[in-house]
Amino acid sequence: MTEVVAEAKGPEREENLNTAEAGYQSLKERFPDAVSDDAREGYSGILVDATHLPEVATAIRDELGYDYLSSATAVDHLGLEGECLEMVYHAYRTSGGPALVFKAQTDRSAAEIPSVTPVWPGADFQEREAWDLFGIQFPGHPNLKRILLWEGFDGHPLRKDWREPYYEEEHKPFDSRWPGGKVFRAEETNLFGKNVQYPDDFDLGQLADVSDEALYSGLGLGVNVEPLANGSSNGLQTDTIVVNMGPHHPSTHGVFRMVTELRGETIHSLEPVMGYLHRNHEKIGERNAWLHNMPFTDRLDYISSMGNNLGYALAVEQLMSRGARYKAPPYRAEVIRVLMAELTRIVNHLWAVGFLLNDLGAFFTPMLYANNTREKILDVFEAAAGSRLMCNYMRFGGVYKDIPERLRSVANLVNDKIRDLDFMQFLGELVRDAIPRAIDELDDLLTENEILRTRCEGVGILPAETAIAYSTAGPLLRASGVAYDVRRAEPYSIYPDLDFAVCTRPNGDIYDRYLIRIDEMRESVKILKQILPLLEQTAGQEIMPGGKPGAYMPRVPVGEAYGRVENPKGELGYYVVSAGDPKGPQNPWRYHIRATSFINLTVLGTLCQGHKVADVVTILGSIDIVLGEVDR
Amino acid sequence: MYGQGILRGLRITLMHFFRTYLDDLRYGLRKFSSNENFAQRQGPQARGVFTVQYPDEKLAVPERFRFIPFLIVEDYDHPERPGHDWCTSCGICAKVCPPQCIWIVRETDPQTGRPKPEPEAFFIDIDICMNCGYCAEFCPFDAIKMDHDYEMASYDRTSHHIFDKEKLSKELRYWRTIAPTTAYEEMLARGGWEHSDVIKERKKEARNAQKVPRAERLAAQEEAGTAAANGADEAAAVAEPVAAEGTSEDPEQARREQKRAEMKARLAARRAAKKSN
Amino acid sequence: MSELELRELQDTEFPIPEDLQNTIAITSLSRLYSWSRRSSLWPMLFGLACCAIEMIGTAASRFDFSRFGMEVMRATPRQADLMIVSGTVTKKMIVPIVRLYNQMPEPKYVLAMGACASGGGPFKEGYSVVSGVDKYIPTDVYVPGCPPTPQALLHGLITLQKLIDGQSLARMDDVPWYGVGPSEPAPVPILGPDIIDPRQMELIRQQAERAALGAGKAAERAALGAGKAAERALPDVIVASNTRGLEAPETVGTAATGVAESEAADGEDPEKARRIAKRLEARARLAARRAAKQGGA
Repeated sequence: MTEVVAEAKGPEREENLNTAEAGYQSLKERFPDAVSDDAREGYSGILVDATHLPEVATAIRDELGYDYLSSATAVDHLGLEGECLEMVYHAYRTSGGPALVFKAQTDRSAAEIPSVTPVWPGADFQEREAWDLFGIQFPGHPNLKRILLWEGFDGHPLRKDWREPYYEEEHKPFDSRWPGGKVFRAEETNLFGKNVQYPDDFDLGQLADVSDEALYSGLGLGVNVEPLANGSSNGLQTDTIVVNMGPHHPSTHGVFRMVTELRGETIHSLEPVMGYLHRNHEKIGERNAWLHNMPFTDRLDYISSMGNNLGYALAVEQLMSRGARYKAPPYRAEVIRVLMAELTRIVNHLWAVGFLLNDLGAFFTPMLYANNTREKILDVFEAAAGSRLMCNYMRFGGVYKDIPERLRSVANLVNDKIRDLDFMQFLGELVRDAIPRAIDELDDLLTENEILRTRCEGVGILPAETAIAYSTAGPLLRASGVAYDVRRAEPYSIYPDLDFAVCTRPNGDIYDRYLIRIDEMRESVKILKQILPLLEQTAGQEIMPGGKPGAYMPRVPVGEAYGRVENPKGELGYYVVSAGDPKGPQNPWRYHIRATSFINLTVLGTLCQGHKVADVVTILGSIDIVLGEVDR
Repeated sequence: MYGQGILRGLRITLMHFFRTYLDDLRYGLRKFSSNENFAQRQGPQARGVFTVQYPDEKLAVPERFRFIPFLIVEDYDHPERPGHDWCTSCGICAKVCPPQCIWIVRETDPQTGRPKPEPEAFFIDIDICMNCGYCAEFCPFDAIKMDHDYEMASYDRTSHHIFDKEKLSKELRYWRTIAPTTAYEEMLARGGWEHSDVIKERKKEARNAQKVPRAERLAAQEEAGTAAANGADEAAAVAEPVAAEGTSEDPEQARREQKRAEMKARLAARRAAKKSN
Repeated sequence: MSELELRELQDTEFPIPEDLQNTIAITSLSRLYSWSRRSSLWPMLFGLACCAIEMIGTAASRFDFSRFGMEVMRATPRQADLMIVSGTVTKKMIVPIVRLYNQMPEPKYVLAMGACASGGGPFKEGYSVVSGVDKYIPTDVYVPGCPPTPQALLHGLITLQKLIDGQSLARMDDVPWYGVGPSEPAPVPILGPDIIDPRQMELIRQQAERAALGAGKAAERAALGAGKAAERALPDVIVASNTRGLEAPETVGTAATGVAESEAADGEDPEKARRIAKRLEARARLAARRAAKQGGA
């Protein structure tokens, strides 16, 4: 079955590859001085001379039609060939096909690369992140300041020569753990007993908490007395006031903060402030071995950990496939992966719809109904992977274990009450009956509700062009009428075999974003119904190549890879670089996460302008963010 | 008509409200008493209230459930090696642990100064542990497993949250109770309920027994006694982890490791022979 | 009221005939007060990270902590009794957390949910993660797990209820809020080049002075590194404590003691030893003052 599909897919793939190649070729012809091939082993794409980046980027967008900038990130090549800082851009066409990869390099001591934000506004936050974590200046960026850390933080932590207070060794595993593992707490090694370090020239006398001042500097703070003083006031004057929402606010879905400038009750401007959950995934990820990162991906978008696992596995498998001894995941493993990914989509959308209604003020009832179904799906995850939330289920080349026979064990008498159900039967009842029923019920409960419609219709409209320009992804993009879904645009796993539609809605308002989630849940159920017989057909087949568990410390061939999946919240990408050791290092050199929630927030300020304060909460709810992924 | 949608929604909430009582009528007080009804209430077909009355009733966790790891030791009434650690301190769990929360002190023989395949100390900082289950998944000896006991809240973390070997060790019997199917599968893979080294040793003995004539065998057994058994046990244990490491991609490294393992095994065998003499 | 709760209320000093135990309970005012307080703990609607999802799961219909009188999750700290720190605490976030804690009216409790809130968790090594919320605010109950399942959180909440049961109006040194006068707010950390704990200002100044004298950060790092590499004795606390039972009451409610203990354990650093001595002294002074006040009253 798989072979047939591969054949059918073949020519199309080749053609797409050709178009990317053709793109590189035409760029090289057009900018002979500025563009050259990236000839490093295992790398692809083109190197663009930094000074010419804006022209080349414009040409890529306008002449070649790569209208969607998926990812822009930096890599520190300290100690590698070139010793430079490099920005890596992945651009796509919304009509589908592979990426056009282009890079720009700059000196480490005076890092400066022209901003591409004027070309793709979606690069805004990503460039701010690169400034924050790598210290690259972006001339031409409208608002270049720190985004994940606070103003005044000492250093740019993702540079290879920057060390954190609890620094122990360059790479895991640490030598102190075995065989002479005398236990210690990291804080015992720190002078302050805390996770802190201060610069040598730190002067407490000069200390001023500037972290917030910078934030407010662009906004007209305080009472504007000028019109009154001039005596030219006609009628009632209103002042601009600044209102902070968050980081502790019940409707921000976590520790997210919005600084809003209000004229009356209308939003004049809104700036998202994040970093309150910045947990250093990427710095820790570069220290980790390849497999170590898998459970960390669970904690990105913690509502849909299975999807995160899949994306990371695909990215690393892409790199591993260049090795001689690589074997692709067996068919059953792919089936199980898709099963879990689609269940995750339902879990996530149930949660998203429930909390959107919470934000609308329908406090808890819809959310509780949605959560009841979600809990049953979590039972499936718990039985298969061992944990409700942090599944850690995918491995390079397959999955952790085959799905179990029983949901709970017959003999598990440690906890007193037993639910012993056949796993496949439970799953079947869930997919054929419980989930569709729950979706219909939510639909009945909410869709025609007049209050919901009045609050949502025509609010927070995101036109298709803006959605593409701001690199939004997932339901947010599709609700604006752009039929872009990675599962179809650049298919992975067994999605080409499956029959499902890419849902779109025309209006791009909150109501459409709500509807699209209901639609997508229905499509997921459709996929799951096709998956169930496949699961039965392949029962007993191997789930890892050769039926053996993979190596615990795999070596990954040198090179770069960008693996992406259509996660429930949108396109989730992993940009991984394997470098250093010519034999294939045990640790990633760079581990970057193209976080959907983070990039979807770029458009929030534009989306909220001119709306009332109460709508801001709803608009944010309709974007559906998870702070673990926003701040990483 | 305006308001129709709201009414439709209200009908659903009302249905939810009644359904809780329908269940009560169907099961009466049994709903909260018998295990079967509890299962019904938590099953995929359940409607109405499905609250788990913790702590009076508890959801059974599945076999694969992961919480804090624990170390398997031989049953305390084991005839030969009661309470013996299954862990051979090969260090794979400490290496594969993503947040590096495992510390192992490998025991050394006080006489020879060489490492012994036993942990002298074993620590897990449960304030760092992320319950990922890698240690259990990659342990070649089935010696570390994920516990199902989640009721661990405490008032003080400075003293309670670094688990030492004593606190981590649990009998094999316990693992067989909480995860019978998995434990059974592991037993099949090992070839018996004993530690894999013990099994290997038994097989070796049996093989030797076939080769050597009976009278000689008896004499040799008497001579070597238990010391030889211990020594070979050790040799296998040292060789094993290194062999397991050999699964990595690089052929050269694998070859090197194999060589090292061979050497170690030879060394241990020699030592064992010396001891028995 | 179920019979279970009645028995919980019963004060054993006054025996009641067996057949009446389900209908009558004799109890002290203090016990009744603690009981009613612990039966209506209002948690703050405050989620940080992954654990918050499990906290919401606990609040939702399957696990439903309204069975313990906690259904009213309040978004404002002014109306909350309990702060469930549900997730990784970052340096940027600890500032609002301490502010929120200070805004909560007493009596107030803090429950650290999950490995991250207790001690930094898997992200402990990260540069912007606080290794345990108890470094800045006193924490009462720690729930291990990453993340703790809803049932584990419920167990933690029950553990907290037991703690409250044990507190008495009569013993003023049990908890700060039964003493006379307002208790001190927790000092709010400052975001400088790194997070600054106002309690450590003096230490930071001294270190900066040393650095200016040429010792430098590098030298200090090297010294610390050498200390680490050398054969490190296992901290006494860890050895001693692992044999201790779960119900160790000494450090309840005052995480600071625990921190001091762990610091005292590796007190090679004279600086640190001095600081600890100073802190202990201050604490003794406070106790003496309290005792005097009590005597006066």
